[in-house]
Amino acid sequence: MIWKIFLFILLAFVCIAGISFPIVQTPTAWYQFPVIPGLEEKAKIIFFHVPTAWLTVIAFFMSLIYSVKYLRNKDFNDDSKAYAAAQLGFIFCVLATVTGSIWAKFSWGAFWHWDPRETSIFILLLIYGAFFALRSAIEVEEKKAQLSAVYLIISFLTVPFFIFIMPRIMTGLHPGSADDTNSGPVVDFQMDANMMLVFYLSLFAFTILYFWMWKLNYKSIIYKDKLTKKFL
Amino acid sequence: MKSLALFQKDLNSEIRTRYAINALGMFILVTISIILFSVGNEKISEYLSGGLLWVIVFFSAMSGLSRAFVSEEERGTVLTLHLIASPNTVFSGKLLFNLILVFSMNIVIALLYSILFESFVLKNVSLFLLAFVLGNIGIAVSSTIIAAIVAKAGSKGTLYTVISFPILLPLILILLELTKLSIDGETINEAFAELGVLLSYDVIMGAASYMLFDFIWKD
Repeated sequence: MIWKIFLFILLAFVCIAGISFPIVQTPTAWYQFPVIPGLEEKAKIIFFHVPTAWLTVIAFFMSLIYSVKYLRNKDFNDDSKAYAAAQLGFIFCVLATVTGSIWAKFSWGAFWHWDPRETSIFILLLIYGAFFALRSAIEVEEKKAQLSAVYLIISFLTVPFFIFIMPRIMTGLHPGSADDTNSGPVVDFQMDANMMLVFYLSLFAFTILYFWMWKLNYKSIIYKDKLTKKFL
Repeated sequence: MKSLALFQKDLNSEIRTRYAINALGMFILVTISIILFSVGNEKISEYLSGGLLWVIVFFSAMSGLSRAFVSEEERGTVLTLHLIASPNTVFSGKLLFNLILVFSMNIVIALLYSILFESFVLKNVSLFLLAFVLGNIGIAVSSTIIAAIVAKAGSKGTLYTVISFPILLPLILILLELTKLSIDGETINEAFAELGVLLSYDVIMGAASYMLFDFIWKD
């Protein structure tokens, strides 16, 4: 119970700080953020866009880990955990796409550009979608768990190409691409200490939120499975 | 050794029925002629012609390569294969067959394409050939493992395209980039990063498929 209150306070602080703290030219008070050239007022969405993208990858990684676990032990709970992580990953992937394209509209001029980063998040959506299509196509339970575990492992192996390699060697608009000159890696040296604090607090709070949601989700999946088995 | 025998068996049954060869040959012709009709008398740019090549390759691969395991399921010969060969043998035999199929299919496509499309001019042919070989290996490896998954999932027709698209897409995107570079006439040294990505994709997918095939194959 204690940590739920803690999480509530943390998330409330992150939301209030992220939305309402002013961005000024030379920050003097503790609640003022500095101006980042090229981003200005739009920088505030960073507190909500980056955590969702981060959680998409974390969720995908966790579904990989539980898929490997399933293939080793053949324990159906691990399959449910991997499935729950993939479901949440899909939600956060949609959120990252939406917040990203809102940001793109105001920073780059249009909602969608086929920038390498946008391509990679789109492909992540496709991978998740294909995973759910595969899962729903199989009826036998063991086969379903087995094949979806194998597919999750194989598709996760292509994720590093999308997330970490291609956006860096191709030219694009997103910070961190090959011909990046203006904003640069925003996190490393253009934020000041208190902006960085709010940013990392936001990452931390969203990660806890994710683990809570994941726990609830996989428990409900396991109970649902048990109930359907009972009535069959 | 045994995987060679398995490859021989696939080749023999292919030569007897000529199903994959006929279907793929017609598919390639149909796709190229549809693109030719839709282009009409327009003059298409060099980059666009490089991109259209991989569209044809991708869809031909989608139409022909799922046969490898689906045919075994349809003919009910899976159990016999279970008895006579280990999973690794089955996988390498099927992979060998798919490699030959992909290479012959793509060589035909590339030859026809360079004859029919005048704007498809490569300034650095050796770079393109290197990318072509590595790309073909990648397509064969990924489509073999996905064919195995789909065959076990009840071989539903549309599922193959849906689930192989995200897996093959990094490959296709890098191949598009490399084709663009070879149209521009860049040297192999300048395209080193892209070639490295292509090679690592092949190695990673090959190793992972080889290890994971056990779990798909055993019921």
